[in-house]
Order: sequence, then C-alpha cells, then structure tokens
Amino acid sequence: MSTIVVYLEQKGNELKRSSLEAITAALGVTGSTVIGLLVGGDAPSVQLAGEYGLKECAVANHDLLQAYSSTAVSATIAEFAKSVGATSVFFGATAAGKEISPRVSVKLNAGFVPDCVALEANSGSIVASRPVYAGKAKINMAVTTTVGVYSLRPNVFTARKVDNPTAVSVREFTPTLSAHDCRMKVTNVLRNEGKLDVSEADIIVSGGRGMKGAENFHLVESLGKVLGAAVGASRAVVDAGWRPHGEQVGQTGKTVSPNLYIACGISGAVQHLAGMSSSKVIVAINKDKDAPIFKVADYGIVGDVFDVLPKLTAKLTH
Amino acid sequence: MNILVCISQVPDTTTKVAVGTDGKTIEKTGVKFILNPYDEFTIEEGLRLREKFGGSVTALTVGGDTAKEILRTALAMGVDKAVFVKDDNREDSYSVAVNIAEVAKSMQPDVVVLGRQSIDYDSFAMASMVGELLDMPSISVVSKWNIEGNTVIAERDIEGGKEVVETTLPCVISAQKGLNDPRYPKLPDIMKAKSKPIEERTGVASSSRVQTFSMELPQSKRVGKILGDTDTDISELVRLLHEEAKVI
Repeated sequence: MSTIVVYLEQKGNELKRSSLEAITAALGVTGSTVIGLLVGGDAPSVQLAGEYGLKECAVANHDLLQAYSSTAVSATIAEFAKSVGATSVFFGATAAGKEISPRVSVKLNAGFVPDCVALEANSGSIVASRPVYAGKAKINMAVTTTVGVYSLRPNVFTARKVDNPTAVSVREFTPTLSAHDCRMKVTNVLRNEGKLDVSEADIIVSGGRGMKGAENFHLVESLGKVLGAAVGASRAVVDAGWRPHGEQVGQTGKTVSPNLYIACGISGAVQHLAGMSSSKVIVAINKDKDAPIFKVADYGIVGDVFDVLPKLTAKLTH
Repeated sequence: MNILVCISQVPDTTTKVAVGTDGKTIEKTGVKFILNPYDEFTIEEGLRLREKFGGSVTALTVGGDTAKEILRTALAMGVDKAVFVKDDNREDSYSVAVNIAEVAKSMQPDVVVLGRQSIDYDSFAMASMVGELLDMPSISVVSKWNIEGNTVIAERDIEGGKEVVETTLPCVISAQKGLNDPRYPKLPDIMKAKSKPIEERTGVASSSRVQTFSMELPQSKRVGKILGDTDTDISELVRLLHEEAKVI
C-alpha cells in the first residue's frame, strides 16, 4: 500500500489548478492513499479539493509559517511525509514547487523526478516521463529509492472532478520548526499588475521577428485582449528589446503549455519550439509557407501578420 | 568574499537531438557542446561580487572530460581558480549536487552561484539541493540582488511577478537571465587561460537515486490544417478553433 502526499499550493485563498491536477494524477496511481497537505494556508479552500476526489487533508500551522519561507515549508512537508510514511510526494512544477521539491527530496533521501508530463503506475512503482533538452527528447524513468519526489508540469495533467464527492476530512499538523528553518523569507511580492503572465495563461498570443518592430505589437496585444490571452515573444524579439524578457517563450525563456498558442510571425527556431510544443493546440500565422513552425502547428494561416491579425481580431470580436 | 560558481557544459541550443545507441541518452557524435547559457550570468555574477567585495572566485564543473573546456572559458573571463570533478551522470541531479556540496564543504564559500537550470536535463533543482546539502538558505531564479553586510535581499521570478526574498550569508543563488550583462573574454585572456591549472578531483561515488529506462523523441500528433489568408480562410480558422479544437 503506497501513500502519496500532494503538496497543495494556494493563490490568494484558492487552491492552484496545478495542485488539483496533482490530486487527479495521484488518484490515478492505483492502490494509493492520497493525502493533501496545505502549509500555513486557508483551510476552507481545501473543500474544493474534495470535488476532485481528495478525501484526506492536513493543514500545517506554526507561528514560524506566518511569512512564506521555502526552507520552512520544505521542512514541514518532509516532516509530514515522514509522519504518514509517504512513499511519494507530488508537487506542481510551479515557481514555488520547483524551489521546494528538490529540498524535500534531499531531506527524505528520495529520488527526484522533476517536470513530469506522464505518470504510469506499474505494480506499485511509478514510471514517469519527463521532457529533457527543452522538450527535444523525453525520458522514461523511475526512482530507485523507497520514497520518490515528483513535480508535475502545470496544465499537462487534467484536473478531473469525481462523481459523488465527499467532504474532505481535515486535520491539523504542527511541525517542529526552529528559527534556523526560517533563515530566508519572502518579504514582498511584486505583481505585474493588469498583465497576464505566459506561465499562467490558458491562451498565449506570441509575436516574433515577423512583427518587424516594437511599435507593431499592438496587433498581437489586440488579438490577445479579445481572447483573454497573455502576450508572449520569441527570443529574437526580446534580444532586440521589443519586448521584456518575462514574455520570452523558449529554451532560454519560459516553457509553456497553454490550451491555445498562437504564433504570429514566428519562424519556429528549434529553441522556440522547445518552449511551446507541449501546448494543446498550436496556431501559426506566417507568410513563409516553409517556416518550421507549420510542422508543429494544428492550424496554420499562410499570410502576412499585418493583414491577418486585424482580420482575425475583428472576427473574434463579433 | 569566498565565491564559488558552479557551471555546466550542455549541447548547443541549436542541436538537433537524436537518441544514442544506449537508447537512454542523446547521441553525442557531431554535437557541439557549449557553456550552459545561464552560466554566463553565473560566472559574471561571481566576478562582480569579487569586484565589489574582494576575495576570490572558484569555478567548478561536474561533468565528463570535455567539460574542462568551459572552465577555460571561466578562467578567460577572470575566475581565480578552476576545479573539475569527473562525474558524467546527467540523469540524477542529486549525484551532481553531492559532488558540488563536497567541493563547497572543503572551501567554505560565502556565496555559491549557479545557473537557474542546465539546458540539458532542465531540472531547476541544483540551488535547492546544494543549499539543503550545505544547510544553507537558497534563492532560485534570481534576477536582481543586493548584499549588505550579512544581509541578502533578492528578487526572484515567479508566475506573474517577482518575490522579494530576504536571507543571510552564506547562501546559494541561481542566476536568471537579466541578472547581469556577461562580459566577453578578450583574446589575450583566452590564450592565457589555456595554460592555467585546472584542479581535478575525484567524484564522490553516490549511487544514483533514479534510473532511466528509455529516451524517445516527441512524436508530433498535430492535425496540420494549413489555410490561406483570404477572408474565408480566416473565418474557417475561427470556426475550427470553436468547433473542432474547442479552445475558444
């Protein structure tokens, strides 16, 4: 019998979708008991997890968890995992998940498999698939240790509601923390106000060199606005200073997997494809019919972005 | 200030990946290996810390024999010392982290700088793992930071913004693009770096905590409907997104 602890992450007072995805993934490992763990969070939000099949959850609280500290959170998760005899710990591979999961793996003497895109339960053990070389290849791997720590790439696993959900049984957990565990803490969060980030968006509209200049990005932004999408950019565009680095999608930018990715005037260099090829649906708009981006696209428009983008935006507005 | 910068060698970003004969790793023949792009920021940050606080910068790489080349680059850029640990295990971040921690323990650094990720196995794990093994705080994906006395204040990139993190020295950070503007080594320095010593150390034999069964190349399952740019085509695209793909 295996026990999987799923680290539940909150945004504001709500559970992040990546945490719900991790719950569904954990429930898919047959023969496992799944326990959620919320650290220093808001207990009522846990009930939403019940709709996704979570039955058991612990909420960790401690005076030293008032300010977010990745080292204190890691210590809490590891202590909890030990207390319930966890065989696996699941994280969403979010900014926070990526930072704390490796620490937890060291604390638990556990093998670490980051950024999983598929998990297969094979007679009690888990075989995970993860992209390497920025998605140019994929490896299938497993831990050789008793305990395994996995992080799951957001928006790849589907969070599924269950029929006949039950109320989540919630208990408290008080970790043994000392000031030493809290030597680092978050003192402030600076939000990019009014701007949706590519790493969180369901839809991304990205512009490349074909946009010809910073002054033409309003075409990309307008389409993005109609779709409620985040604006992304290729490396060439960021290097040219047309767009900020935070919008860069690709091997040296952000890896994204939105439901819809619209590439405008992006030829599709292998480094760019690496960052967006796990998107669910890809649309390419490019005037060069031989551009490599069309080879990974579900739908393509061979045409000039300056002509196509305003028309597409107008049609989607109606 | 005693500064340790940890760098790695990776295939060039333009590499077309093929699966090697072992079926588990990439085919290395014909692949050009380079300094991990994020480690240009790593080395630069080490040099800037030395310029500001004095002390010395040690560059460390854990990798196969060819990885010594990137230590030459680091020496040409201006690091004081280069250490090479031979361990070619790329699949297990932990094994690399143990080797870094072992070197770090012997030199008691005030600051350890790494790149936010190596662009081969893309694990984003090293800062946290090394921090844990050294019992030091760590801050990953740092785009800006400042050290005053013993206090470290850093900004790290998160979804939709930045987190301001406060900690104390000694600590580990991983560098994000934009942290600095890396210098290019000058030709005379590149020549001089060729004859500088590289200290070689034997890796710590730690059994791998993960095993790879197979490597495969992603198969594109895309529908690939390519349309023209007429009004009808654009309307058709909108219809397909609504009715077939159901994404809007």
